Amino acid sequence: MAKARGKVTFKEDLCKGCELCTTACPVNIVVMNKEKINIKGYHPATVIEMDKCIGCGNCATICPDVVIEVERIIEE
Amino acid sequence: MAKVFERTKGLTDKPFHYCPGCTHGIIHRLVAEVLEELDVLGKAIGVAPVGCSVFAYDYFNCDMHEAAHGRAPAVATGIKRVHPDSVVFTYQGDGDLASIGTAEIIHAAHRGEKITTIFVNNAIYGMTGGQMAPTTLVGQKATTAPYGRDEKHAGRPLKVAEMLATIHGAKFVERVSVHNPANIRKAKKAIKKAFEVQLAGEGFGIVEVLSTCPTNWGLTPVEALKWLEENMIPYYPLGNFRTPEEVK
Amino acid sequence: MAKILMKGNEAIGAAAIKAGCKYFFGYPITPQNELPEYMSRELPKVGGVFLQAESEVAAINMVYGAAGAGARVMTSSSSPGIALKQEGISYIAGAELPCVIVNIVRGGPGLGGIQPAQSDYYQSTRGGGNGDYRTVVYAPATLQETVDLVMEAFDVADQYRIPVMVVGDGMIGQMMEPVEFKEPKKRNLPPKDWATTGTKGQRKPNIINSLFIDPKELEDHVLRLEEKYKVIKQNEVRYETYNLEDADVVVVAYGTTSRVVKNAIAKCEAEGLRVGLIRPITLWPFPDEAFEKISDKTKGILTVEMSTGQMIDDVKIAINGRKPVYFYGRTGGMVPEPDAIVAEIKKIAGGEK
Repeated sequence: MAKARGKVTFKEDLCKGCELCTTACPVNIVVMNKEKINIKGYHPATVIEMDKCIGCGNCATICPDVVIEVERIIEE
Repeated sequence: MAKVFERTKGLTDKPFHYCPGCTHGIIHRLVAEVLEELDVLGKAIGVAPVGCSVFAYDYFNCDMHEAAHGRAPAVATGIKRVHPDSVVFTYQGDGDLASIGTAEIIHAAHRGEKITTIFVNNAIYGMTGGQMAPTTLVGQKATTAPYGRDEKHAGRPLKVAEMLATIHGAKFVERVSVHNPANIRKAKKAIKKAFEVQLAGEGFGIVEVLSTCPTNWGLTPVEALKWLEENMIPYYPLGNFRTPEEVK
Repeated sequence: MAKILMKGNEAIGAAAIKAGCKYFFGYPITPQNELPEYMSRELPKVGGVFLQAESEVAAINMVYGAAGAGARVMTSSSSPGIALKQEGISYIAGAELPCVIVNIVRGGPGLGGIQPAQSDYYQSTRGGGNGDYRTVVYAPATLQETVDLVMEAFDVADQYRIPVMVVGDGMIGQMMEPVEFKEPKKRNLPPKDWATTGTKGQRKPNIINSLFIDPKELEDHVLRLEEKYKVIKQNEVRYETYNLEDADVVVVAYGTTSRVVKNAIAKCEAEGLRVGLIRPITLWPFPDEAFEKISDKTKGILTVEMSTGQMIDDVKIAINGRKPVYFYGRTGGMVPEPDAIVAEIKKIAGGEK
């Protein structure tokens, strides 16, 4: 069965910490990075366990600040 | 690996000034993606409103014109009549379109102006600090309705999509929401159709987009999405009100 | 070209089309209706667009859009309608766009009346809209002058990227006189490379805007506008003078009133009185320099207006206390009689008052 794998990249300095992306991820790997404060003064969103990413693009779709880029690979 | 999501060429590089979690950013991006996908950025001319999205002229990567409060459809009319082959759109909030600009939007629709209007309804005046809008829900608190909107005093909120759908020249009318990814994708489809109606020369098209204002609603961005879903959608039902046969 | 007999409002429309105006947005109001009616007939014949807007507010904002899109565009109205257009005029001035606005003035305030008046002098020259801005204001006295100035107004608007007003009244709008359409003097007009035409993927986006949220940026913008207005003051002042050298009394009047004043002056001359005239053709910029030509022996200045006295403010600024300034006017649609003006002139000449 084909399995989609993905990779997301966050432009952290554009993030305003709104957390909408964290509600949209079907595999629950998008979290707020409480260890870090970005140039705008927010805890930016980031991804843990990137290997679980399915590249669905939900996080990027709901991000109001175009922070996220998504790549996808289909493995046969 | 293939890029499945990257910043559209329809947006400039300028970061949005909107508050955290404000869905204006999503709606800007959808419009910009549609302009890029339809390959019309080079002939697009956008009209920015007065309100939170007043700086829209800095974000869309096409010619832009900043209008007076509510007058975007009139400005767009002037532009479209001069350049009938261009793709002209207005981007307006609910104070701009549903209050001060009701005459302009109704008559742009009435004339069947071949323009596309993106109407962002977040049930409040954002830029000026959370005053009551014509779209504020009954019982919803605002800085000029501190006890909540009283229907006996201020009437019931205006349903713009339903109202415009009664006008012959309004050929495409749809209400969408951006409170989750599935609805955001539907919203983009509607926006694309509205522009296709313009490109086909059919007449006026409008997409009413239910949007949030976490700052003035006094909610977190995530709570605001939930509030939209639970309170706005029951009063402002989503769906298509008019589509020409050719675009269906 | 032979002269043709035309009605004022229609002559304005014909002049605009001759000047390359292709777009007209307006809303019905008396006494200027023949102008939009003419445009609705004639513009389609030259590939232009006439559009009747839902209001004066919408009409001026359509003008704002069309001007931003690079077109030669005009609107017309009458006093209360011009009041409604002030929002758009302020935006057009702030965004530095060219357009021509015709005001066939009627009496006010409020709904007022429909007869000839000059009580929009303040509205025209002080800017009824918000902010630090100016509009060039032409006040023709004959239909030939009206036609000439309307044609030139489009060039002036394009040269300086500024809204230009042409102010008449029901008399100018309704009367018939022979007119000839002559090309205005050639000006070097800059290309409209700022217009919203679509980038065609070949340039950065053009933005038409009057918003400058940073106060320093706004101040710089307004100061730049002010510099432009100074250049206009140097280059574009127009006025007519008569017999200033040895006048006992100098009368100041514009538009329709100046025609009555000329009759009054002729009557005075027949009785041996020496009376001069300053007739501002541009209400802004006001012809201050004409007042420097008034001789020392002149006893006083008489300002005659169809208002309760509005231009008199500019007359007093121009004369700067050198001579006493008197006023005579009728208002509300009443036109001054020559004999009444003669009586006022005699009072001043006799040293009365």
